[in-house]
Amino acid sequence: MTIEINNLHKQFGKNEVLKGVDLTIDKGNIYAVLGPNGSGKTTLIKSILGMVIPDKGKISVLNESIKKNWKYRKKIDYLPQIANFPPNIKVKELIGMIKDLRNSSSEEEELIDLFGLEPFLNKKLSTLSGGTKQKVNIVLTFMFDSPLIILDEPTTGLDPKALISLKELIQKEKTNGKTVLITSHIMQFVEEVADEIVYLLEGEIYFKGSIEKLLEQTEQANFEHAIAAITTGSHA
Amino acid sequence: MLKILKYSFYDLIRSRWSYVYFLFYLALGFVLLFLNNDVSKAVITLMNVIIVLIPLIGTIFGVMYYYNSREFTELLLAQPIKRSSIFMGQYFGVAGSLTLSLVLGLGIPFVLYGLMQSNAIFDFSLLLVTGAFLTFIFVGLSFVIAISNENKIKGFGYAVLLWLFLAVIYDGLFLMSLIVFEEYPLDKFSLVATILNPIDLSRILILLKLDISALLGYTGAIFKKFFGTNLGFLISLAILLLWSILPILGLRYKAGKKDF
Repeated sequence: MTIEINNLHKQFGKNEVLKGVDLTIDKGNIYAVLGPNGSGKTTLIKSILGMVIPDKGKISVLNESIKKNWKYRKKIDYLPQIANFPPNIKVKELIGMIKDLRNSSSEEEELIDLFGLEPFLNKKLSTLSGGTKQKVNIVLTFMFDSPLIILDEPTTGLDPKALISLKELIQKEKTNGKTVLITSHIMQFVEEVADEIVYLLEGEIYFKGSIEKLLEQTEQANFEHAIAAITTGSHA
Repeated sequence: MLKILKYSFYDLIRSRWSYVYFLFYLALGFVLLFLNNDVSKAVITLMNVIIVLIPLIGTIFGVMYYYNSREFTELLLAQPIKRSSIFMGQYFGVAGSLTLSLVLGLGIPFVLYGLMQSNAIFDFSLLLVTGAFLTFIFVGLSFVIAISNENKIKGFGYAVLLWLFLAVIYDGLFLMSLIVFEEYPLDKFSLVATILNPIDLSRILILLKLDISALLGYTGAIFKKFFGTNLGFLISLAILLLWSILPILGLRYKAGKKDF
């Protein structure tokens, strides 16, 4: 088991974001965490990373409890939702800095090549466009060799060519036996890459299973409609 | 932690503001020495400037750095680094670079002027030491304020208000209480009240070392009795140290609980 979550609760002020989430993520699959805006997807992911501290409940990553622990993050590659980078440093320096901080082996050359980032290496991050920043973000995430990869909205701002490269990259990591966790609002992308769907609604897990099971349960022929149908509850 | 410290420190050293701060002290040092033509007198004038300015600069720099490096902090939080190390590294990076600007900016003109041969060397080092303490204290306090307030404007406001209170309002309240309660023996009270404010404590510490306490009258004598001894001196340094440690503990506590 890669991730195990038991009875996770989190409240921001009066806003109860997670209301008792139970979830197990098995090794070697690609999971898509879906749900409407504000359903708690990012909070769930940030709880796994230890950026958000849960009010109640237990999370363990690779059989290690994450409470008051930070070493487990060595086994996670995380792609944050909005690429918020320090503006005054160059792309090259940022890559070097993250490498130095993680202190583990990395293969960034191939990825820089794949996304065509060489001309930007000596540019400051504040001068890059949104899509290019996202490419830098992807390079920073995939350059390490960790068993768990978490991607929060990885497709934001990517051009079609980069999107294809990203999909190939995700599939390659899967064949290497890694577990991938993705959130996205692009259903076509999810349908193409994900093995399992985890659907969050109002802070609870509403559905978990394969795409086939979802289609069957909602009696819809099309994945996008099936997802829309869950929210209306027409399958119940 | 050391790696974070290194990056924060380099980041600041490269920034324009560190140079401005450094050049300001450099200019201040040269101008004061030129005008006073005497190391001891320059130290006294310098003290009056420093005691108010260092806390202000420390507060503003601390708050600004915290809010400006939010993106970087979030990036770091997802990395395998201990949470407290991230914030401690940034704190020591800011406080360290400010202290460096202070020590070099003032040190260079004074050494060039012939500080090493004068007998003011002890007073001058005391000035730098208290300056360093004040930097660490106020950067720490401003970090705690910034981490407790998501809203930049609020954080900035509270931090400046804290500086205003400790640098100006506190003295006013202190003087007023002395006038209101003038019929009571107040020497113990004033001693304690002075100790509780790091700015006042630093001022008195330097003043008394400069042997001008005679100007302070009876209370001055009591202060001299307390601060003038080695024990009083050590207690004062210990309190400054305590003042530096408290914000660090607060920062660690806040950092451990905060959601990003």
